[in-house]
Amino acid sequence: MSHLNADITERAKALVALYPHPRSALIPLCHLAQEQDGWLRPEAITEIAELCGVTEAEARGTATFYDMLHVEPVGTYVLSVCTNIACMLGGALELLEHAQSSLGVRAGGTTPDGVFTLHEAECLADCDRTPCVQVNHRYVGAQTPESFDQLLDDLRAGRLADSVPPHGTLVRVRRSSGLQVDPQLIVRERAAAAEAQTARAGQAAEKA
Amino acid sequence: MAITDAPKIITSRLGYDDSYTIERYLASGGYEALRKALSMTPEAVAAEVDAASLLGRGGAGFPAGRKWSMLRKNPLTYLVINGDESEPATFKDHMLIEGDPHQILEGVLISAYALQVSQAFIYLRGEFALGLERLQQALNEAYAHGAVGADIFGSGFSLDVVVHPGAGAYICGEETALLESLEGKRGFPRIKPPNFPAAIGLYGEPTVVNNVETMANIPWIITNGGAAFAALGAGRSTGTRLFALAGHVRNPGNYELEMVKTTFRDLIYAPVLGGGIRSSNKLKAFIPGGVSAPWFGPDQVDLPLGQDEVGDAGSMLGSGSVVVMDSATCMVRASWRITKFFSRESCGQCTPCREGAGWLERILFRIENGAGREEDLDLLMDLCDNISPGVNWPPQQTTICVLGPSIPSSIASGIRMFRDEFLVHVKDGGCPFD
Repeated sequence: MSHLNADITERAKALVALYPHPRSALIPLCHLAQEQDGWLRPEAITEIAELCGVTEAEARGTATFYDMLHVEPVGTYVLSVCTNIACMLGGALELLEHAQSSLGVRAGGTTPDGVFTLHEAECLADCDRTPCVQVNHRYVGAQTPESFDQLLDDLRAGRLADSVPPHGTLVRVRRSSGLQVDPQLIVRERAAAAEAQTARAGQAAEKA
Repeated sequence: MAITDAPKIITSRLGYDDSYTIERYLASGGYEALRKALSMTPEAVAAEVDAASLLGRGGAGFPAGRKWSMLRKNPLTYLVINGDESEPATFKDHMLIEGDPHQILEGVLISAYALQVSQAFIYLRGEFALGLERLQQALNEAYAHGAVGADIFGSGFSLDVVVHPGAGAYICGEETALLESLEGKRGFPRIKPPNFPAAIGLYGEPTVVNNVETMANIPWIITNGGAAFAALGAGRSTGTRLFALAGHVRNPGNYELEMVKTTFRDLIYAPVLGGGIRSSNKLKAFIPGGVSAPWFGPDQVDLPLGQDEVGDAGSMLGSGSVVVMDSATCMVRASWRITKFFSRESCGQCTPCREGAGWLERILFRIENGAGREEDLDLLMDLCDNISPGVNWPPQQTTICVLGPSIPSSIASGIRMFRDEFLVHVKDGGCPFD
């Protein structure tokens, strides 16, 4: 009985097929597993490792390197408050303080009801709307302490369900087609290029 | 543009609500540059880009044409586009990806043809959820339009493109770390030499890595000719460039400006651009090219926006991000926050960076919070010297990649330009701006 459901497994195999080497699909597959579970369960990592042809340790090693991949449970909504330089100049440290007291958790923590995880983020590249906040990696615009509390209310009430999917769902647009270039063509092209390179090297050697 | 009459090269469609759709793209000449390129020889396409003298827009500023010509001698196998934009206060690629993804794709297609590559990967930082969706949608549309895939527009040239999401790591903007990440590994930069991507890149094969904004310029260059691009700007800095203006200005935002012909003063103060300092405060300092760059003071505001001009003045244009700090800014806090960023984002391979950034961050934190000592200033500079001997610009390197030598920039700038402010924190036992 596999942990990843049939739909996710099928999409995972389609992603693996996009790359010359299966291991390249590791990070995209971690995102897919998070789409199913909200975080990376150990069983998911085992299956991802198998699909990508790497060891479990390698898969876990990669997963634990990246901020967006969570090997422990997180809330339905991960609130990323950027406090990097541009946002700090726009009052982000004060906003983070406010967020911590509103939610009753420190940055890195999850509310006891499992709805919100607060994350102090590095620059999210939206620096003309500061302080910048993302919810599940969707931008929600510059926030004030007041608008932040309203945001929490809206999320709790499900008013942002259309624009902010549950945590883990990253890309809702599916790739519509597989690769179209015949892999044999690529092999032939590379062989021809290598031959040309050898010929050039030969000519250069002759000149010398 | 109001400052010079240079055309908008990469932001021409961004005013439209549907700027990201293929309908808008085709209605404004989209994919015509690709058709033109496919009617030329790959060498002729590459020659146009070379003639444009387009400097890479990622941060290092290496000429794109020269990068390509190094590669065309090899059996090149992969084209990889770096859309991992993470340099603090840089948000130009973000706008281009969400606002005009087809323009980037067309640039990728033309570049792949010039380089005779059959596979391209576009690596976007994972936090760009909307950008990933817009770009994937654009790619689906382009496949359906016959612009990507097998036998593009009946030319016999074939290319597959894969949009690849990262997962949150600043270091993956470094090209060899990006390649490691694209291979499913931790984002550990590779040692150069020998691992220059042109020689040993993705899966050990020759690879060219170009930035998103660099790609966005390519269609215009093919349509209008490299010479028309090179006629804009001056010296080595040709064409226009996106400047991401952030911090204490009235109108933060991305502005496409002709290089060299405009100055930091134009960018910060022109009413149609930055609009001046907020609340009528005075300019205290600004960062000219991302947080890895040394800071400038108000006396350098008339420098032109050119790569060599800024380089000769002791800093860099880098990622095109300009951060403005006004008179109400605590410079110790600014140094501390930037250093905290490097400490968090160090990949951990090299001791000077991994340990040094953490120590520096903690010392700056205690100065900011009133527990600093006068000798801490010398200690900070000594630690910086251990990471980058001499603490000069351009910096010496003791680490595998340039993240390490970027750490001292904000600290050395802070101490050299605002030593008294650091000392007041120590003497008063706290931050005078609190």
